[in-house]
Amino acid sequence: MDTYILLQHYWWFLVSLLGALLVFLLFVQGGQSLLFTIGKNEMQQKMLINSTGRKWEFTFTTLVTFGGAFFASFPLFYSTSFGGAYWVWLLILFCFVLQAVSYEYQAKKGNLLGKKTYQIFLIINGILGPVLIGTAVGTFYNGANFIVNKANLTDLGMPVISSWVEYHGVQLHGLEAAFNPWNLALGLAVFFLARVLALLYFINNIADADIQKRSRKQLIIETGLFLVCFLTFLVHLVLQKGFDSKEMAWVDYKYLFNLIEMPAVLAILLIGVVGVLFGIIKTILSGTWNKGIWFAGTGTVFTVLALLLIAGWNHTAYYPSLVDAKSSLTMENSCSSLFTLKAMSICSILIPFVLAYIVYAWRALDLRKIDEKEMKENEHTY
Amino acid sequence: MIASIDTSLIDWSRAQFALTAIYHWLFVPLTLGLGIIQAIMETIYYRTGKEFWKTTAQFWMRIFGINFAIGVATGLILEFEFGTNWSNYSWFVGDIFGAPLAIEGVLAFFMEATFIAVMFFGWNKVSKKFHLASTWLTIAGATISALWILVANAWMQNPVGMEFNPDTGRSEMVDFFAVALSPVAVNKFLHTVLSAWILGAIVVLGISSWYLLKKRHREFALASIKVSAIFGLVATVLTAWTGDGSAYQVAQKQPMKLAAMESLYKGGNGVGLVGVGVLSHKDAYDDATDPFVFKIELPKLLSFFAQRDLNGYVPGIEELIKGGYTMPDGQIALSAQEKIERGKQAIAAFGEYRKELDKPQSERDVEAMKQADATLKANFQYFGYGYIKNPTDLIPPVAPTFYAFRVMVIFGGLFLVLFIVAVWASVKGKFENMRWLQNICVWSIPIVYIASQCGWAVAELGRQPWAIQDTLPLNAAVSKLAPSSVQITFFLFLILFTILLIAELSIMFKTIKKGPAVSTTE
Repeated sequence: MDTYILLQHYWWFLVSLLGALLVFLLFVQGGQSLLFTIGKNEMQQKMLINSTGRKWEFTFTTLVTFGGAFFASFPLFYSTSFGGAYWVWLLILFCFVLQAVSYEYQAKKGNLLGKKTYQIFLIINGILGPVLIGTAVGTFYNGANFIVNKANLTDLGMPVISSWVEYHGVQLHGLEAAFNPWNLALGLAVFFLARVLALLYFINNIADADIQKRSRKQLIIETGLFLVCFLTFLVHLVLQKGFDSKEMAWVDYKYLFNLIEMPAVLAILLIGVVGVLFGIIKTILSGTWNKGIWFAGTGTVFTVLALLLIAGWNHTAYYPSLVDAKSSLTMENSCSSLFTLKAMSICSILIPFVLAYIVYAWRALDLRKIDEKEMKENEHTY
Repeated sequence: MIASIDTSLIDWSRAQFALTAIYHWLFVPLTLGLGIIQAIMETIYYRTGKEFWKTTAQFWMRIFGINFAIGVATGLILEFEFGTNWSNYSWFVGDIFGAPLAIEGVLAFFMEATFIAVMFFGWNKVSKKFHLASTWLTIAGATISALWILVANAWMQNPVGMEFNPDTGRSEMVDFFAVALSPVAVNKFLHTVLSAWILGAIVVLGISSWYLLKKRHREFALASIKVSAIFGLVATVLTAWTGDGSAYQVAQKQPMKLAAMESLYKGGNGVGLVGVGVLSHKDAYDDATDPFVFKIELPKLLSFFAQRDLNGYVPGIEELIKGGYTMPDGQIALSAQEKIERGKQAIAAFGEYRKELDKPQSERDVEAMKQADATLKANFQYFGYGYIKNPTDLIPPVAPTFYAFRVMVIFGGLFLVLFIVAVWASVKGKFENMRWLQNICVWSIPIVYIASQCGWAVAELGRQPWAIQDTLPLNAAVSKLAPSSVQITFFLFLILFTILLIAELSIMFKTIKKGPAVSTTE
């Protein structure tokens, strides 16, 4: 394989991996959305907030790095999608701003808006964050309304190369993605998965009998809702058309063929799905087992990684244009130069080291479970 | 559909980015400065084992935490606004600009995010050594993240290490180290981070002085004052040194910015530096009106700082627009109008090249493509000028740049004096009884924020109208949006950030009022 093509695949893999890690880390958002469902008194709510809350920076950082990596490796996507689907991305950003301050401020004296307001902010972020991110990622398969024309750079009055096309005569700047039921199915699947993962994390991380009991019960409901949404999306995905960048045309069963033609990716998907289901089912069946988060979490990373790989690999346009097929974004036509991909690839050698210290620090903090005693004694709690 | 870029779209996009950057820079310098101070205090705790230093460090960490969260939030918005509001920019230079952002995310943000959790929640969960390492790694992560974003910003002011590729229609990186280690980038990083250290030191000095004025937490306050005053003095001396380096780089790479900083309309040899001055109103850059109502000038100093020669030539706004003067490399400077024409030639040649490129390979006129490429290359250094309508559009807002520069430099000088006095008083044990000095320290807190913001105002206002110096002006960098969309998000951000700032200050004041949990001897 040509070095440039290899590096394009490598960077699509890294961006996909970051996306997969982001979906796993959305368990923080899932936890926020369950604050009042699982926490029935102030102490329980405090333990819940301190459980997932101590990981909020990871989700946030992964989102930022996902954006940065996309910018660096596939800048045409960054400019087309962010500049075009303006309202979707801005909404996502708004609700993440609310999250960033809410953990730190909600229990502090003088916080101006009151504890309840910040907790509602956390719930808004907990619901909107996963739904919007999932819906936006749905456009990777179902397309979006944009045109790219690099010749516009020579138009001195209007040199912008990417433009967003109106949806049935109304300029919605990306909000129209929510009118596509398959995008929405993915958004809801990500949302319910985040809640499932949050419940598994609570079970693993909080030493409180009430929370444990309530989480296990709620897990059954959330799992059911997740499976309905996820299977709806997945079944449609393998049956739907995809844009083939080699043939420059929409092709039937493109994503199904991608899985068949890339058996390693299919294996990753299957391992991922089995991991998620094993983590959930064993937790439900066993009254005491608390390791489900690690199986379901790893499974989530594998599943999402495979789904994102089939969106870009195997001559697939990862961002098809619904209004101008030749504007569709592929790895080849949207990526950075060979030099930049090489330079960044050298830096990416440090990623395993970064992952290693994250795991080490995470383990060090989670070795002792969260309990009432810690909430009362610790110098710094949320 | 918009037929041409609406100037109000550019203004609102600019306003939104400036708003986010201003708010972001309210929080970041305290993170960078306070982070080092609290790490020094925890190091003293680690070495001496005295609980006093642990609780002292923990108090400053509480302040750090309140400030950190909102800094992260505004930083997220800034990163994505490159795409949402400056989409053409993101494409045109994403190949170069994106790389530092990605490296920042992987190398710095994760370090910060990982170890800040240990720093806050790990006191009773990890060893003293691991905790101390986490505190230092948190601030190391924050500083490394500043490094990469400042490298990116410096590249916008001085685009090096790149070439325009007509096949892809964008600028591409050809020398990573030229981007990462350019003198502009090195100076910008050092000057910005060191100035953040000053801010952190003054905040600690000011809050500690307030405790002394209120006769509370005496031991804690005096200890914090000693650490912050010494730290602040070192930072101020280094900031002054890097400030000189920064100004020299501006003179070399962005002469129009320097002219705006000095309100220098007519340049020449042996130009003086305006210490303080009041500007008059000028109707045109080349009218006969004296730009100053009043000024105190230090003879020949601007020539010395800009060219390292007391009689060196410094062009003013008029010379930069009209051209014709001899540049340091011996060439005669082009006028702005000539640069605009050359830029238009470059853009037209690019258009010719693309016209051929869009044809099937067998039908392309290779000779015509070669010729177009040669014309493009010969004129590329003026590419961005092709999008400029009038030469006067190249003049940045002079008055705010001029005044902001003076506020930054004058207060920087006063902080140097303040730190010298504070170190002396602290070492001699006299600080406690010098109420006037304590009052100055308290009032220095808002002033240091103003000075810090002014520094960025000089850097960013002074380079208008360029998103990337000489390569891409803002009207060619902006996203294709309706101005009303950006207006709505501008006001939403304004309301949101303002509410959160008030909340942050309110929490901060309550925390300060409550004070540290240090056992004191008073």
